Amino acid sequence: MSCTKTIRVLIAKPGLDGHDRGAKVIARALRDSGMEVIYTGLRQTPEQIVEAAIQEDVDVIGLSILSGAHNFLFPRVIELLKEKNAQDILVIGGGVIPDEDIPGLKAAGIAEVFTPGTPTSKIIDFIKSHVK
Amino acid sequence: MGDKYSLEKLKEEKKNWEETKLNKVLSKHPERYEKFYTNSNIEVERLYTELNVQDMDYLEELGFPGEYPYTRGVQPTMYRGRLWTMRQYAGFGTAEESNQRYKFLLSQGQTGLSVAFDLPTQIGYDSDHPLSKGEVGKVGVAIDSLKDMEILFDGIPLDKVSTSMTINAPAAILLSMYIAVAEKQGVSPDELSGTIQNDILKEYVARGTYIFPPEPSMRLITNIFEFCSKNMPKWNTISISGYHIREAGATAIQEVAFTLADGIAYVEAAIKAGLSVDDFAPRLSFFFNAHNDLLEEVAKFRAARRLWAKIMKERFNAKDPRSMMLRFHTQTGGSTLTAQQPDNNIIRVTIQALAAVLGGTQSLHTNSRDEALALPSEDSVRIALRTQQIIAYESGVTETIDPLAGSYYVEHLTNTIEQKAREYIDKIDKLGGAAKAIEKGFMQQEIQDSAYRYQMEVESGRRIVVGVNKFQIEEEPPKGLLKVDPEVGIMQEKKLKELKSSRDNIAVGQALKELEQVAKTDDNLMPVILKCVKSYCTLGEICDILRKVFGEYKASITI
Amino acid sequence: MDIIQSVLNGDKRSIAKLITLVEEKSDDFINILKKIYKYTGRAITIGITGAPGSGKSSLVNKLTRILRTQNKKVGIIAVDPTSPFTGGAILGDRIRMQDLTLDEGVFIRSMGTRGALGGLSRACYDAVKILDASGMDYIIIETVGVGQSEIDIVKLADIVLLVMVPGMGDDVQAIKAGIMEIGDIFVVNKSDKDGADRLVTEIEMTLDLGSSKNSWKPPVIKTIATENYGIVELSENIEKVLKHMMQDDLLNVKRKSRIKQEIISLLTETLIENIIFRYSEKIDMLIEKVLERQIDPYSAMEIIISDVK
Ligand SMILES: Nc1nc2c(ncn2[C@@H]2O[C@H](COP(=O)(O)OP(=O)(O)OP(=O)(O)O)[C@@H](O)[C@H]2O)c(=O)[nH]1
Ligand SMILES: [Mg+2]
Repeated sequence: MSCTKTIRVLIAKPGLDGHDRGAKVIARALRDSGMEVIYTGLRQTPEQIVEAAIQEDVDVIGLSILSGAHNFLFPRVIELLKEKNAQDILVIGGGVIPDEDIPGLKAAGIAEVFTPGTPTSKIIDFIKSHVK
Repeated sequence: MGDKYSLEKLKEEKKNWEETKLNKVLSKHPERYEKFYTNSNIEVERLYTELNVQDMDYLEELGFPGEYPYTRGVQPTMYRGRLWTMRQYAGFGTAEESNQRYKFLLSQGQTGLSVAFDLPTQIGYDSDHPLSKGEVGKVGVAIDSLKDMEILFDGIPLDKVSTSMTINAPAAILLSMYIAVAEKQGVSPDELSGTIQNDILKEYVARGTYIFPPEPSMRLITNIFEFCSKNMPKWNTISISGYHIREAGATAIQEVAFTLADGIAYVEAAIKAGLSVDDFAPRLSFFFNAHNDLLEEVAKFRAARRLWAKIMKERFNAKDPRSMMLRFHTQTGGSTLTAQQPDNNIIRVTIQALAAVLGGTQSLHTNSRDEALALPSEDSVRIALRTQQIIAYESGVTETIDPLAGSYYVEHLTNTIEQKAREYIDKIDKLGGAAKAIEKGFMQQEIQDSAYRYQMEVESGRRIVVGVNKFQIEEEPPKGLLKVDPEVGIMQEKKLKELKSSRDNIAVGQALKELEQVAKTDDNLMPVILKCVKSYCTLGEICDILRKVFGEYKASITI
Repeated sequence: MDIIQSVLNGDKRSIAKLITLVEEKSDDFINILKKIYKYTGRAITIGITGAPGSGKSSLVNKLTRILRTQNKKVGIIAVDPTSPFTGGAILGDRIRMQDLTLDEGVFIRSMGTRGALGGLSRACYDAVKILDASGMDYIIIETVGVGQSEIDIVKLADIVLLVMVPGMGDDVQAIKAGIMEIGDIFVVNKSDKDGADRLVTEIEMTLDLGSSKNSWKPPVIKTIATENYGIVELSENIEKVLKHMMQDDLLNVKRKSRIKQEIISLLTETLIENIIFRYSEKIDMLIEKVLERQIDPYSAMEIIISDVK
């Protein structure tokens, strides 16, 4: 057995949009890079996402939104993590997210935002270098 | 196609050419890749000749426009008679804002409306539902009740425009609202023309805006078929959609196969519900995607048309020619748009729109260049519409019917796509039909495999996406993106409060009670839904009753 | 507060963290486990296994809801296979249990099989103890019924539910392959499909063959997890089987043999690790000899063992 920690990631789709192509491609790519991926499916509330992340003790939460509701839902996830004293969990986001929204999301505590066209290898590298 | 003597000779000459001319060049300058593929991973030969289509019978496989098997088009004159309907999908924010956008589009020469609803509306939640938070008005217009619908179509004569509504799980409710608005304008249902998407199977497969489990969902759909066959002869009762299946990562072949498999499921459901095929099949319509591989896409449309005609005739014994005609709307491929160098998207959309027109589409939506970033701005929407107009009026491709027919490559691709799609449909039949195949996650798995392969090809550089993995530049963040007013949610909530205090709440209660009773029987739900809508029950109230009786669908997720 | 106390108090974040420590074999995890062990043994453990997609997670979801109406706390461990090539895994069982996520009295943890060649990992056994110590009344362990893990489940659970689905030819094969012995209750799920009754008969016949006339026979229950059909009956039968096991002291026998198994496997693991570590040079030397055919592997083993003695 290797001695490096297995990285655990929760991939979630908050909000109501049903476009999960990106989320699923990422989930597979993360698995193929040796991570354990918990995929929670569509229509997750921030409350559900945070609770699942805590019980699963994941290192990373990956949020994907294509509907434009990110400015409300991403910060809400961070807020709940803080309430539960779990802000050590790295939160990254992806989807159709205008550049001008990114600084605000980062200020709210999203570690990185990956927009369409980002190679999965870049996301993998980001996770590997940011999970202690 | 040709006579035997010349084919033999052709074969010989081709061999000759390969051995002398070609090999000499190849030995010095190898080709860019060892093998070439279409966008859908069909292997592409170096050169196509008559040899590739020698078994094809012109009259059987191609025929004439407006005649079985409709490979060359569904109308005898195609665009020489009338151009396709230019229909831009639009809607955002409140009903008031969307109404303004529709009026703008009509003033710019658009010939039909296409309504985008926000996600809460599509999933049957009112704007004040907790799950609606952050979503109200985002990807489309928020409609909570007939009140909003009246505003949405204010000043738009519903007997003059045709309206397409992208609404699925609650299609019966939105259709009822449309009928009610029309009545207030003095327009009767039989004068209305348009389409509701109403395709629940692809929601389970690819798009995700489902509410109820398959069985009651299929009942709602067949209820609509029945209601419209009696009352709305000009209305397309369903738009069986491959668009979202393709967006989810399917290949062109899978797009055709899974869409037609869904189509078969609807026809079977309607027949099982006691309708006769020629009563409803003429009002079935389809909705496809158009991607960048121009010739493959053209072949895809032609193959879909031919395959559907054969299915309707051979499998369902349709007699009415209109039952066999695959009429379709096309939207250019949203997933092909790049956030990088967004102006490049104009060129992509042009190629895709051209594919749709060369493929014989009945109506077309061209995406706007900024759609990978946000909702399209008015300027981008105009360019997208102009793209269609330039193809229509300047390119010349409209002047003859199915101009690419007879191209060895296109005919060969058409045959290949038809054959491979048929193989998929056979497999789905073996699994017990589309609904079962979806329940087992078969289609989802196939699509995800394609999506993953595509992504890996892009990442390895075998597939090039201009501006994404080649020819990148440093870019300034784009400006002038459309922002939905974050207050929309609050405004809708306020409107709902007002509505609930001003309407006749006793009538509302009665209508909802009646709805619950009918939902428990096998009766057609349309009349009672119409009654609910007219008494200003909200979309959420109606869906809550149905959720109570029908239950909710839980996705079967495959990765 | 230290992690042990928080786990005993049922704090979910601490439970989750401790399971990770165990999964990662972090320093000190054995000491922690030693300390919590005396608080275990209260919970009833239910194993649920069956073919992929047979509806295990859906059943767990529905069963848990019934247990919750009785105010029982439920811990759920859902195990999915780890890819032997990449070490990664997609853990997807949670999807079916989404509506339990926010329930105070439920804790769900997804685990990969990690190094455990098809079976259940050591960590899985330890996770059960952690949940037990944290005050769960029931612990449900879901494993996919392929290969070793469905046999392993017996070593972990007081009661094993074997889930089968009509219309899948391999059920009959499974019956023949002898995995029948592991089931304490047989669940014919998806009995909305054709062939459910036939499958029930088939299972009952096989059970009859394998048992003497008046011995206890495992119940066979028809369910439709998606429609909540048969779930109450299932939970009643779990209680019934439990009662029967307790009356006849079977539960204790089972648990005793489980503890024996555990001690033996801990012994084996540790001994082997020790030997391999201490005699690694000698082993290397012997390998050379075996390769040259100077000696055979059996004699090599005997040489090492005689040294150990
Ligand atoms: N028709 C029918 N479908 C069911 C029933 N129970 C579960 N399903 C469906 O079967 C599929 C698989 O269900 P799961 O609960 O995920 O099955 P599982 O055994 O946990 O699957 P794995 O963990 O992947 O092995 C889902 O689509 C469920 O909705 C049932 O009783 N009848
Ligand atoms: Mg499962």
